[in-house]
Amino acid sequence: MSDPLPTSGSLRRRLTLQLVGSAAVLATLLFFVVLGFARDVAQQTHDSILLASATSIMDSVSVQADAVTVDLPYAALSMLGNVSDDRVFYSVSMRGQLLTGYDDLPISGQMLRSGQSAFDTLSYKGDGIRMVTLSRRLSLNGAPADILITVAQTREGQAAQLAQLSRSALQLGLGFFLVATILAFWTAQSSIRPLNQLTAAVSRRGPKDLRPVRRPVPSEMIPLVLSLNQFIARLRVSLTRSEDFIAEAAHRVRTPLATVRAQAEITLLRVEKPENRASLREMIRAIDESSRAAGQLLDHAMVTFRIDTLERKAIDLTELAKELVDRLQPIAELKDIDLRFTGSRCPTITGDAILVQNATRNILDNAIKYSPSDSAIQVSTRQTTSEIVIQVEDQAGGFGGMDTEVLTHRFTRGDNAVGTVGSGLGLTIAREVVEAHGGTLLIETNKSGTGACVSLCFPLA
Amino acid sequence: MRFLLVEDNISLATAVLDRLRMDGHVVDHAANIAAAEDYSATTDYDLILLDIMLPDGDGRSFLRSHRNRLIETPVIVLTARSEVSDRVGMLDLGADDYITKPFDFSELEARCRAVLRRHGGDSSNQRRFGNLVFDPLAGTLSVAGKTITLRNKELRLLEILLNGQDRIHSKPKLVDRLFSYDEEVSENAIEVYVGRLRKHLTGSGVEITTVRGLGYRISLV
Repeated sequence: MSDPLPTSGSLRRRLTLQLVGSAAVLATLLFFVVLGFARDVAQQTHDSILLASATSIMDSVSVQADAVTVDLPYAALSMLGNVSDDRVFYSVSMRGQLLTGYDDLPISGQMLRSGQSAFDTLSYKGDGIRMVTLSRRLSLNGAPADILITVAQTREGQAAQLAQLSRSALQLGLGFFLVATILAFWTAQSSIRPLNQLTAAVSRRGPKDLRPVRRPVPSEMIPLVLSLNQFIARLRVSLTRSEDFIAEAAHRVRTPLATVRAQAEITLLRVEKPENRASLREMIRAIDESSRAAGQLLDHAMVTFRIDTLERKAIDLTELAKELVDRLQPIAELKDIDLRFTGSRCPTITGDAILVQNATRNILDNAIKYSPSDSAIQVSTRQTTSEIVIQVEDQAGGFGGMDTEVLTHRFTRGDNAVGTVGSGLGLTIAREVVEAHGGTLLIETNKSGTGACVSLCFPLA
Repeated sequence: MRFLLVEDNISLATAVLDRLRMDGHVVDHAANIAAAEDYSATTDYDLILLDIMLPDGDGRSFLRSHRNRLIETPVIVLTARSEVSDRVGMLDLGADDYITKPFDFSELEARCRAVLRRHGGDSSNQRRFGNLVFDPLAGTLSVAGKTITLRNKELRLLEILLNGQDRIHSKPKLVDRLFSYDEEVSENAIEVYVGRLRKHLTGSGVEITTVRGLGYRISLV
């Protein structure tokens, strides 16, 4: 039908991608925030146990008989063992002198004042450790003595715990992303739905349905629908105008011609002189020629116009052909032409009845016009396997070997048309109408070779 | 026959009136819908010829009210509009037929005859001459109880001759009446039809005589 429009991407895909992208960013952010928070909490917990352990060791430091004694409480180290299986190191020193514990355990709290504690993360014996240093000033023999207690633990357990935490955080992030993606698809789908519904409602319309769109739409789409309605209104006005124009033009052209023709015909009945009579006859023929040409041009304009907005209704071709034959009977009778219709009931075709009738009428008009007096014209309808055919067969001598294809071109007339009034548009109109309905116009010489046989073939619905 | 012509174009109307009267019909002329309503309310017409575009409205509204008043008189619409756009509306509104302007008088005559025949012309249309009973609507001719159906050209020729009994009808004028203007026919073609009519009229007491050099005349023997 029409050329595919260039697209600037899909609204739904764009919306989906943006939502999914946002979800990915949010999920990553979520992952890191949760991980950082969990890491902090784990660190703080660990630190407070380390500090508690150091404090309980500090509590066991006492000055007895001018000597400092350290009675390492079991709980001080076992509380760390509860946390993990990591190795625990400690050292107790006074004035820089190691009292007990690991002597190579680094001491970082030289500058600490009494009661203060400091945490540090460093490497010891090839393992990462977390350690706390607690300082307290005691009085020994009247002089101040700074006691430093360091408790350290390797961080393998903590690392395992962190790995566990980050796995959970990752799962949380992925889960969030998954749910958000599903929601994104659903959201995009449901945001597009009103647009799809509007599209369906507009494309369901018949070609003659030019009512404004009245269905409720989301407020964002109202400007679009308003413009669409304005466009429809403009189209309706312009279509009506061109239809009116064609009708008006026909009226303006035909009315004066009718007057002149009628006057000429009356005058012809009154004048006697052969020269005057001959010129009056010429005049009438000229009028007939121009009025027929004008009529067919206007008909052609109307036909082209209607083909553009082809109506699709059921047409009973047998009924249509029969009516037409009845209507043209008086004209055929004037020439004592035996105009007959034979046809059985056929299935309906879909199309524009006025156009099909006009096409058939043009073929029949031609047949009557070119047929000699006392001849016969046979109109019939029949059904073949794939088509319904209206056939008009006359005894007007046929097209005398002329290329029948050429005949259906605008303003071409058959050799036998010399001396007969016509514009040559009749067959063109017929062919255009039949082709607009997906059919074919066949022009042949009849079997006995005495005339033409024109078939309008319409495909079965 | 009594006709009503509703047509606002005076010169066209005059020509149509002349022609219909020439054929022996009684014709009234209304130039607008109001006059047409008056005429059709007071007179019983056999046929109404109705133009569509009238100064005081659309002929179709006259047609509608005409049909609503259940008047049986057949109506033939005279239209100058494109058939492709107007056809359906007019026949749906109850016109019996329509004819597109400009029209041939013989087509108008043929359409009138067809419509009147469909409406069942009664025996008052029959015309008698001697032993001859001629029914122009049915197109039949009875001589001494034997009825034959005339061909269209024979019928029209007989009608023309009978409308001007004892008058001489010239061959060229008969050709004009019987053949369309785009047909090339010699005046001798008339002789064929006169010959056929003479055969039909045998024993009717009506005779077509040739007036040498002038034409034909029909008269009672």
